[in-house]
Amino acid sequence: MSADTNTLDNPPVDGSELIRFDKVTKRFGEHTVLDGLDFRVDSGRHVTLIGPSGSGKTTILRLLMTLTRPDEGTITVAGDRLFPAPGKQVREVRKKIGMVFQQFNLFPNMSVLRNVTEAPVTVLGLSRDEAEERARGLLDLVGLADKCDQRPGRLSGGQQQRVAIARALAMRPQILLLDEVTSALDPELVAGVLDVLRDIARTTDITMLCVTHEMNFARDISDQVLMFDSGHVIESGPPEKIFGDPEHERTREFLGAVL
Amino acid sequence: MTWDWNAVGAFMPHFWDGLLVTLEALALGSVISFALGLVWALLMRAPTRWVRWPVGAATEFVRDTPLLVQLFFLFYVLPEWNITFSALTTGVIAIGLHYSTYTMQVYRAGIEGVPAGQWEAATALGLPARRTWTAVILPQAVRRVVPALGNYVIAMLKDTPLLMTVTVLEMLGEARLYSQQHFQFTEPLTVIGVAFILISYPASLLLRALERRLVR
Repeated sequence: MSADTNTLDNPPVDGSELIRFDKVTKRFGEHTVLDGLDFRVDSGRHVTLIGPSGSGKTTILRLLMTLTRPDEGTITVAGDRLFPAPGKQVREVRKKIGMVFQQFNLFPNMSVLRNVTEAPVTVLGLSRDEAEERARGLLDLVGLADKCDQRPGRLSGGQQQRVAIARALAMRPQILLLDEVTSALDPELVAGVLDVLRDIARTTDITMLCVTHEMNFARDISDQVLMFDSGHVIESGPPEKIFGDPEHERTREFLGAVL
Repeated sequence: MTWDWNAVGAFMPHFWDGLLVTLEALALGSVISFALGLVWALLMRAPTRWVRWPVGAATEFVRDTPLLVQLFFLFYVLPEWNITFSALTTGVIAIGLHYSTYTMQVYRAGIEGVPAGQWEAATALGLPARRTWTAVILPQAVRRVVPALGNYVIAMLKDTPLLMTVTVLEMLGEARLYSQQHFQFTEPLTVIGVAFILISYPASLLLRALERRLVR
């Protein structure tokens, strides 16, 4: 599998600050998931968020995707502030971000191909032919060129997740959010999905934010790892550092438990 | 009491007339109830309670009062305000309106049954709200509700004889008219009773088959 640059024609990356959280707090009822969180991601980086369940990693992705709102603080994407933001600006930010979900969330009423072409046609205004060409290229990239006319329900979990990756990439996002994308898969299907993502990470300069429990995958693809605990980043650094020589006691405990 | 096949034969031309009217009322009533029910269901999801509250109250009122009373109201009271429809039109509106307050609940359940992940995926792709509804949510919701809507069609069929009370000559109206003119009650009433079974039983079998196919 190889990604030709035509299929994944992402915007150029200049390494400038792309995502910025300032003092972001998010509560669910009594429970504070994020507590005054500050963090930044520069464009082109592949960042993995690790930490125990409930430590707020997924919430960060959902905030960026505007699926939920912060209670306090500001979130900025490519200089555009979210919450509050005019509807037009929110739509522009959503165009820059793609998301792949734990449960795939493909549209079961559409063919695989339509799943991938729907947003490029209705949101980006591509012609059906252009969108289909782009979609076929991406489905080929994820190894599913022969499944275009199938309904998602007929595919395995791993295949569905690869369609979901193609669907997100079809929008040519600057940022790709990966929310525990292998957690719902049978073990034998995980490798196929991770291979696709490794390929994308290696051959594109799309900025990736990845929440995962696959530590080997995190080590492979990321150039920055953030360790979360109780709504804070307690440690961050390159994967060699975090996995090889963690400073924080909680990080050592966590890695000891999952590795 | 004797069974007179000649009476059956004599009634049949009237029966066919009545059947046609019954089916017409049923078809139009169904279309109105499906369309209005969807409108109510969508309005009940409006962001402001200034829409939700009146719609909720009005539909609750219609649902909790008898169809026969609504039918009489439309037929006898509206003309006093110079709003006049034909008897059949009045009947179709009454049935469609009454049943729309039930179909709205069916749609609501169908819409709420679409997993949250579908909304999230649509948001993540940036699909506009209207497109999310028409391309993602409603196709999945409608698929789930077809069997339940079908059950209401069968219920509506069995309520069409009420239209007789406002002079519509549907099946029961034709049977009563014939009976009164010929003093033969058994044959016409039996014929239309059989006709109701012959329509509704196969329809319910069809719905069960549809349910197996559509609802996974």
